[in-house]
Amino acid sequence: MTAQVVTISSGKGGVGKTTAVANLAVALAMEGDKVVCIDGDIGLRNLDVVMGLENRIVYDIVDVIEGRCKLRQAMIRDKHLPELYLIPAAQTRDKNAVSPSDMKRICDELRLSADFILIDSPAGIERGFRNAIAPADRVLVITNPEVSAVRDADRVIGILEAEEKHSPALVINRLNPDLVKQHDMLSAEDVLDLLGIQLIGIVPEDEAVIVGSNRGTPVSQDPKSRAGQAFRNIARRLKGQEVPFIEFGNRQSGLWDRIQKMTGRR
Amino acid sequence: MAWFKRKQSAESAKERLQLVLIHDRTDLTSVELNVLKDELLQVISRHVDIDRDAVQIEVEHDGRAQRLVADIPLRSVTRRRAG
Repeated sequence: MTAQVVTISSGKGGVGKTTAVANLAVALAMEGDKVVCIDGDIGLRNLDVVMGLENRIVYDIVDVIEGRCKLRQAMIRDKHLPELYLIPAAQTRDKNAVSPSDMKRICDELRLSADFILIDSPAGIERGFRNAIAPADRVLVITNPEVSAVRDADRVIGILEAEEKHSPALVINRLNPDLVKQHDMLSAEDVLDLLGIQLIGIVPEDEAVIVGSNRGTPVSQDPKSRAGQAFRNIARRLKGQEVPFIEFGNRQSGLWDRIQKMTGRR
Repeated sequence: MAWFKRKQSAESAKERLQLVLIHDRTDLTSVELNVLKDELLQVISRHVDIDRDAVQIEVEHDGRAQRLVADIPLRSVTRRRAG
C-alpha cells in the first residue's frame, strides 16, 4: 500500500477547505479506503470539530514532531468509520513548530499503511501553506465563485506552478445555481476560464453542509445532500474513476461540453 | 423595469478578474504597461513609420500563459513619398 498524499489549499480563508477535507475523507473511507487526515493549521485547530472528534484528542502533530508520543498515538479513529483517522493540529503552538521536512517525514511514515493522506492547509501562502504542500503528490485548490476567492486561488496556483508541484486540480465550492442563472454569480465555466487549470469538482451551496458541521458528521454521509453527492464524486475522481459532472446553473447549452473537454473527460 | 437595466454582476466580476489576474501574474501594473507600450513604439518608430492611432498592444492569456500581443500597422512608403 502506498498512499496518495492530497493537500487541499485555497489562499483565501473561509472558502471551505476544512469542510472539503472532512467530506472527502469520509467519502473515501465509505468507499473502503484507509484515510488519514492531517490538520495543517497549527494554532487554529478546526478539522477535529468538523469531524466531531474534538473530545478524543490526547496528542497532536507537534507532540509527534517533538517526540512526546508515537505517530500512532496521535491518530484519532473516527466514531463511525474504522478506516478513518485524524492527526490534529496543535492548538497552543504556532506554525513555526512544524517544518516542511517534518511533514514529509510524517507522510512517509504513513504512506505504507494508508490509501489516502489528506492535508488541510491553512489559509495564506506562508509557512503553514508551505508545510502542507511539501509532501503532496497532488494539490486541490478550492475556491468560491467570487472575486476575492478566485484571485487568491490564482496566486496559490502560480506558487504551485513555480514549485513544480504537478498541475493542481480545482474544486469550485458553494456554487449557487440560481444566482448563476440570473448572471449574478460567476459560473463554473467562468472560473475555469479565468484560472485555467483542470476541474475536479463543483459543489453546490447546500444548507446541509452547515448542519453536518454543527453535528460533527460531514455531509458526504448524507445520501440526500447535493453537496454530499458532489464530494462523493470528487472522492471517486481522486481514485481515478471517471464520474460525469453534475450540471449546475449553466446559462446556455453547449457550455457543459466545453467544460468536459477542458477537463479531458471527453 | 429595474431588473432589466441592472448591470449583470457576473460579467463585471469576470472582466475585472481578467484584468487583475493579468497584473498579478505578470507583476505588471497598467501604468507600467503603458510605459512599456510607449517605449516599444519609440524604438520601432526609429526604424519604420508606424500608424500610432491604429496600434494595439495588449496582454492576452491562453490558459495560464500570458502573452504580449502587439498589432502595429506600418505606414506605406509609397504613400509617404507621394504625399
